[in-house]
Amino acid sequence: MIIGAVLVNNIILAQFLGICPFLGVSNKVGTALGMSAAVLFVMALATLVTTVVNLYVLIPMDLLFLQTISFILIIAALVQMVEIILKKVSPGLYQALGIYLPLITTNCAVLGVAILVTQQFPDSILDSVLYAVSCALGFMLAITIFAGLREQLELVEVPKGMQGVPIALIMAGILALAFMGFANLV
Amino acid sequence: MNKLKILTNGFIKENPTLVLVLGTCPTLAVTTSLTNALGMGLATTFVLIMSNLLISMLKSLIPDKVRIAAYIIVIATFVSIVDLLIQAYVPVLASSLGIFIPLIVVNCIVLGRAEAFASKNSVFDSLLDGIGMGVGFTIALSIIGFIRELLGAFSILGQKIIPGDGILMFVLAPGAFFVFGFTIALVRRLQKK
Repeated sequence: MIIGAVLVNNIILAQFLGICPFLGVSNKVGTALGMSAAVLFVMALATLVTTVVNLYVLIPMDLLFLQTISFILIIAALVQMVEIILKKVSPGLYQALGIYLPLITTNCAVLGVAILVTQQFPDSILDSVLYAVSCALGFMLAITIFAGLREQLELVEVPKGMQGVPIALIMAGILALAFMGFANLV
Repeated sequence: MNKLKILTNGFIKENPTLVLVLGTCPTLAVTTSLTNALGMGLATTFVLIMSNLLISMLKSLIPDKVRIAAYIIVIATFVSIVDLLIQAYVPVLASSLGIFIPLIVVNCIVLGRAEAFASKNSVFDSLLDGIGMGVGFTIALSIIGFIRELLGAFSILGQKIIPGDGILMFVLAPGAFFVFGFTIALVRRLQKK
């Protein structure tokens, strides 16, 4: 399951979740790592909380139609809370992750994984969190490789109309092709 | 600003997907066929219009500090409505779009327009902006969906137009990135003229 989530069904390259930060903060390997560490942290925590809420509040009370609203509120509140706690407890880590945290609320990967696990592992909290962590690792892997490639890209001359986003997307396509090679691994 | 300009702004000049490059996740994920692209475009357009309307009506009531949270709740409400409507009336579309319907909540276009336009302009202008941006998004998705379905399955709207199996890659993930990248480059080229 872990290899499947990291390599085969890579959250960015196969499931298209979290493309915005993928394109936005992947200019340097350092920032890419910072962002993915923040994602790893929030995704694991958010999935834990949303699964618990889903299992013990929404399903028993038959409120599944509130899933989207409650999940996004939980994620937004959680991100805010993590930010405040980090600021107090570990200023060093806060400085490293600080600027990426607010961005995560609108990272569709976090909400996407939270909703995905309610469909894939409806009754196991442990499996859900494990899956979220593997997805975040997949995110980290893809965004770091991509940032490395983009650093190289700055050294070559790109045709004018292709500069910036278009060439980045095409490179992501080639990367996705490479990841398709893992297809029968699991 | 004149009304027509607000409406048509989102079509091409400030097209949210192809020029501003927002909302990339659904753009890449649901454009495997023209039908899916149109469905997603219309669902997002509905959410955009309704949330723009409501937020511009409420803009004087929402405290500045919690405005983003308030916007998200408004947007999430309309997304839930769309989600339930699609599940009830077009279950086929619901199963092919999957989790990308609830994910309209985190589509940066919707929140972006709420923050950048609806919170500062009149109700009618916000309505026009919502329609314009929604149509622009739908156009962009349809172009990409059309190309991917044509090359990937040799068909349009499910109708085979060229015999054969199609180039599988265009339906899969890499094709999404390639087609999107080339479409943006093409639009830039056309705009320059």
